[in-house]
Amino acid sequence: MTAAARMPRPDAPTGSVRLLAGSVESGAPAKWADHLARYGPLPVGVDGPAELIDLVDRSGLRGRGGAGFPMSRKLRTVAAGRGRPVVVANGCDGDPATVKDAKLLEFAPHLVIDGVLLACHAVGADEATICVGEGDAHAWYVYAALQARRHEEITIRVAQVPHRYVASEESALVNFLNTGDARPTVTPPRPAERGVGGRPTLVDNVETLAHLALITRFGAEWFRAAGTAESPGTTLVTVGGAVRRPGVYEVELGTPVGAVLAEAGGESEPLQAVQMGGLGGSWMPIEQTHALPLAHEDCREAGTVMGSAALVALPERACGIAETARTLRYLAVESAGQCGPCMFGLPAIADDVDDLVRGGDASGDTLDRLRNRLGTIQGRGACAHPDGATRFAAAALRVFADDIADHAAGRPCPWSHAAPWLPVPAPTSQDARK
Amino acid sequence: MGDGARVGLEVDPIMCRGHGLCAELLPEQVVLDEWGYPQLASPEVPPSLRAQARAAVNACPTLALRLQRLDGGARPS
Ligand SMILES: Cc1cc2nc3c(=O)[nH]c(=O)nc-3n(C[C@H](O)[C@H](O)[C@H](O)COP(=O)(O)O)c2cc1C
Ligand code: SF4
Ligand code: SF4
Repeated sequence: MTAAARMPRPDAPTGSVRLLAGSVESGAPAKWADHLARYGPLPVGVDGPAELIDLVDRSGLRGRGGAGFPMSRKLRTVAAGRGRPVVVANGCDGDPATVKDAKLLEFAPHLVIDGVLLACHAVGADEATICVGEGDAHAWYVYAALQARRHEEITIRVAQVPHRYVASEESALVNFLNTGDARPTVTPPRPAERGVGGRPTLVDNVETLAHLALITRFGAEWFRAAGTAESPGTTLVTVGGAVRRPGVYEVELGTPVGAVLAEAGGESEPLQAVQMGGLGGSWMPIEQTHALPLAHEDCREAGTVMGSAALVALPERACGIAETARTLRYLAVESAGQCGPCMFGLPAIADDVDDLVRGGDASGDTLDRLRNRLGTIQGRGACAHPDGATRFAAAALRVFADDIADHAAGRPCPWSHAAPWLPVPAPTSQDARK
Repeated sequence: MGDGARVGLEVDPIMCRGHGLCAELLPEQVVLDEWGYPQLASPEVPPSLRAQARAAVNACPTLALRLQRLDGGARPS
C-alpha cells in the first residue's frame, strides 16, 4: 500500500459538478496528486467483480456514448463471455458537435483511468485500450496520466483512431484495433461477444467509465441523488451555437434544456430551434425545448434524441434547411461506403435537401421522394450511421416545414448562404482521397 | 434446418453488392430499392416459398443472402 492509499476518503462531491469537480474552479487539469486529494484512492479489491457489477446495476448507470445502454448489462455479458475479456474506452468524440470527452480526458484523465481499471476488475480483463482521435492534443494528458501510474497491474494502451465519423462506432473501433481498418463490421457478433483478438470486449464511453470510478467510491445512492429515476447521475453536455459561453458543462440528467442553455450564458440572440444529440441527432423547435428534461426517456417521448448530449442553439437569423443540407452532405461523405443503402442513399437525401434549399421543389415531388427515401434507408446499414442521418433529416422536415414551403414558393429566407452554425468540419485532403 | 422451423431471410449489408439476383429469383419476398439493393418484404419466409428462397440464397454471388431460423437460434439483439 502506498501512502496515498492510506489517505482518508475525501467527501463526495455535492451538487451537479462531479466529474469536473475542482478542475472547474482551478481551470487546470488534475494531476495524480490533485486527483487523490479530490477523490481519494481507488477502492479496487474492496468489492469482488460480482459485487461491483451489482453496485453498477443499483446505480442505474447508463452509457454516455449516445445510446444510453445500461452499463451493468454489458458488464455481465462481457464477464460471461468465452475467453479473457478486453476493455476499450471510447474517447473519440466522433461527432463534431461533441467535445465533452476531450474535456474530460484533459481535466480528469485519472478518473477515466480509474474507471478503466474498475471495468477490467469487473469483467476479468488484464488489458485495456483508451481510444482518442488521431493527433488530439488532449492525448498528451492521457499519456502523462498513464506515465504517473506506471505501476498499475493492468496494461493500458492509447490508440489514436482516424478522425472519421463512423470510426468511433464500437465495431469499427474493434476492427481498427484488430486490423487497422476503422470501418464498422456486421453485428452479430457484437464486440461484447467477440471483439478485440476475438475476445469478449467491453466498449464503453470514457465518461461512463469516469462515473463508474465515482460510484465505486461514493455509492449507488449518492449517484442517484442527481438525475432522474431512469437516467440517474450527471452528464457532460457540449453546448454550441448562439449562446454566450459555448463549451462543456456538467449538469444533472433531467435538467431542462432551457436551463442548460442558461448555464452556457443563455441565448446570445433570439433562437428558433435546438439541434440535439450530435449531428446524427435531431432538431427541436425552440418553444418545445425550454422545459424538455435532458434525459433519454423524456427526449424519446418528445420525439427527439439525447444522444451524446450535444446542444446547438440555432438563432432566428439562420436557415435550418441549409444547415441540414450541409450536415447531410458531411454525413454522406462520412459513410464508410460499405453498405448500398448508406453509400447511395445518404448522397441522394443530401441532394434532395439541397434542392429544397434552392427552392427547386415547386411541385413538391422532391419532398415526396425524400420522405420515401428516408423510410427506405432506415435500418439497412451494418451500423447505425444511416439511421442517425435519416432521423436528423426527418426532424428537419418537421421543424422547418414552413421554411421548406417558403423556399418552394420562391421565397427563400435571407440566411441560406449565411455562415454555418452547426459545427460541420471543413473537408480535409483525406476526404478527397476516399 | 428442420422442416417445422420458421425461417427468415437476412441480408448482410456489407457483403451485398446489389446484383439483384435474389429479387429475380424471389420477387415475392425481395424488392430492389432505387439503387438496386434488396429490401425484404417480410421477416418470415412462408413454407410455400422455402425452396425458392433457398435457390436465391445459393445464387447470391457474394454469400450476402442467408436463411436464418427465426425461433430457437434467433440472432441475439
Ligand atoms: C456512427 C457512430 C459513431 C459513434 N461515435 C461514438 C464516439 O465517438 N464515442 C462514443 O463513446 N460512442 C460512439 N458511438 C457509440 C458506440 O458505438 C458505443 O455504443 C459506445 O461507445 C458505448 O459506450 P457506452 O455504452 O458507455 O455509451 C458511435 C456510434 C455510431 C453508430
Ligand atoms: S451503414 Fe454506412 S457507415 Fe455503417 S458500415 Fe455501412 S456503409 Fe459504413
Ligand atoms: S443476390 Fe446477393 S449480392 Fe445480389 S442483391 Fe441479392 S443479396 Fe445482394
